[in-house]
Amino acid sequence: MYLSKGQIEHESYDSIVDECIEKHGEFLIAILQDIQKRYNYIPEDAMRKLAKKLGITLRDVYGVASFYKAFSFTPKGKHVVTTCTGTACHVRGSSKIVDAFSNELGIKPGETTKDLMFTHETAACLGCCAIGPVVVVDGDYLPKVKTTAIRKIIDGTKRGAAILEEEDQRIFPIQVVCPQCNHSLMKPEHLVDNYPCIHVTISFKRKHGWLRLSSLYGSFNIESEHDIPVDTEVNFFCPHCHAELVGSSTCPECSAPMILMLVTNGGNIQICSRRGCKGHILDI
Amino acid sequence: MNIKIDGIRVDIPEGFTLLEAAKFLGIEIPTLCWHEGLSAWGGCRLCVVEIGEGERKKMVTSCTYPVEEGIVVHTASEKVVKSRKMILELLIAQCPTSRTLQDLASKMGVIQVRFDPKWENCIYCGLCVRICNEQMMARAIGFVNRGNKLEISTPFDKNSEDCRKCGGCIYICPACTLRCQGINQDNVLCNACYNSLQPTCISNEDNYNCWMGLKNECGTCSKEESKNI
Ligand code: SF4
Ligand code: SF4
Ligand code: FES
Ligand code: FES
Repeated sequence: MYLSKGQIEHESYDSIVDECIEKHGEFLIAILQDIQKRYNYIPEDAMRKLAKKLGITLRDVYGVASFYKAFSFTPKGKHVVTTCTGTACHVRGSSKIVDAFSNELGIKPGETTKDLMFTHETAACLGCCAIGPVVVVDGDYLPKVKTTAIRKIIDGTKRGAAILEEEDQRIFPIQVVCPQCNHSLMKPEHLVDNYPCIHVTISFKRKHGWLRLSSLYGSFNIESEHDIPVDTEVNFFCPHCHAELVGSSTCPECSAPMILMLVTNGGNIQICSRRGCKGHILDI
Repeated sequence: MNIKIDGIRVDIPEGFTLLEAAKFLGIEIPTLCWHEGLSAWGGCRLCVVEIGEGERKKMVTSCTYPVEEGIVVHTASEKVVKSRKMILELLIAQCPTSRTLQDLASKMGVIQVRFDPKWENCIYCGLCVRICNEQMMARAIGFVNRGNKLEISTPFDKNSEDCRKCGGCIYICPACTLRCQGINQDNVLCNACYNSLQPTCISNEDNYNCWMGLKNECGTCSKEESKNI
């Protein structure tokens, strides 16, 4: 049972703590597990009540509870996504998956989103290295997770269950050229998401450098010479003719200027120039 | 129970620890986490001694090891002295500002610390937890978290209602009280109290009896050797 924050505040822990003690007797860890199951974390007041009722000091309860990583003293999200960062998963790139979750959810590992929907965690080896990199969502093990699937996992989890399909129909690679000089912007030597990347030059504030975008439609992974702070509007340029890749419209989501590139087999793609915004328009 | 400590045969009642037996004989064993009136904990490992003979020798903490019939104990064999020094080096690296530790270093002739100093304020000896628990009956502070996040704290890091503000924990802490001021920045050892006398005894053997009743502790006989470790 998951209680929202408001409910928790109004709830007195007495009855729940009593119930748990009745069920498990004096077995502290079992009681703590039960409390955690009900509230998704162990509230401080519940722990105080528990100590009083069991006749042991709060120090002892706290000492036991803090010893185990499984117990949390801050509210956890409705959904918990755990990425394995064990050795086997690490060499298969789980750190990128962790980064992708951080990007998508906007929180660091160990944190919970403000709306209490997601808790983002890492674990050191989940014991199923053969199917790594592994992500566990609410107890479901997802094998061989790719960074491109992260968004889907999150959306799926919100809707009910995280389903991991082998190929996402909405994710496909595209090839683009500069609208001015018609040179290809693709750079096959460099791979992002395992596909040749789109290579452009950028400038923001007083910095200039290269930027590599994933050519997978639907993936927002980038590599950049400079760290681009979130919310910065970035100017994109063609690395061949140095013309600015500027579109005519503004972003439908945040109304920053759009970047325009032509898709080789006809049509164009516009992406938002503001870091962190995922606004884009594909016209084929 | 008949036991043999450093070659001395002695009859010690059951239930005593090796440390107590050694004390009874006036043999000094350095201790840190052991305190009269508190339960023995065996956390600091400074009181290690070697028991058994030949192949079956092993190191145990004397403050927790009970006497056994016929047990043979060496409180200051070369191995024991070497390990104690290493343990003390590790402890000093954790908390170089502790005067208790620096004094022990001077006494035991530790003249180098080969580990990066951490400048922590706690060596996890557990004395404060035990005094609060066993003598003050307050149980206000305890070990929190685990592994490299371990710390001594009150629940939720808030002022504890159980604390009697007796100050016992601070009194007993080897790291908080008596700050050593003379730390040498090169090797985090103070050694202000270190003396450079000639060894007062002739040789350094497993079962020797220093005429001062010391066992390497005065440091003079082990100074040369400690340079070689
Ligand atoms: S001062 Fe408080 S925490 Fe320290 S020993 Fe006394 S009761 Fe325990
Ligand atoms: S605070 Fe002091 S007495 Fe307590 S464990 Fe740390 S070093 Fe020992
Ligand atoms: S390393 Fe990820 S499951 Fe073992
Ligand atoms: S005094 Fe024996 S282990 Fe600390």
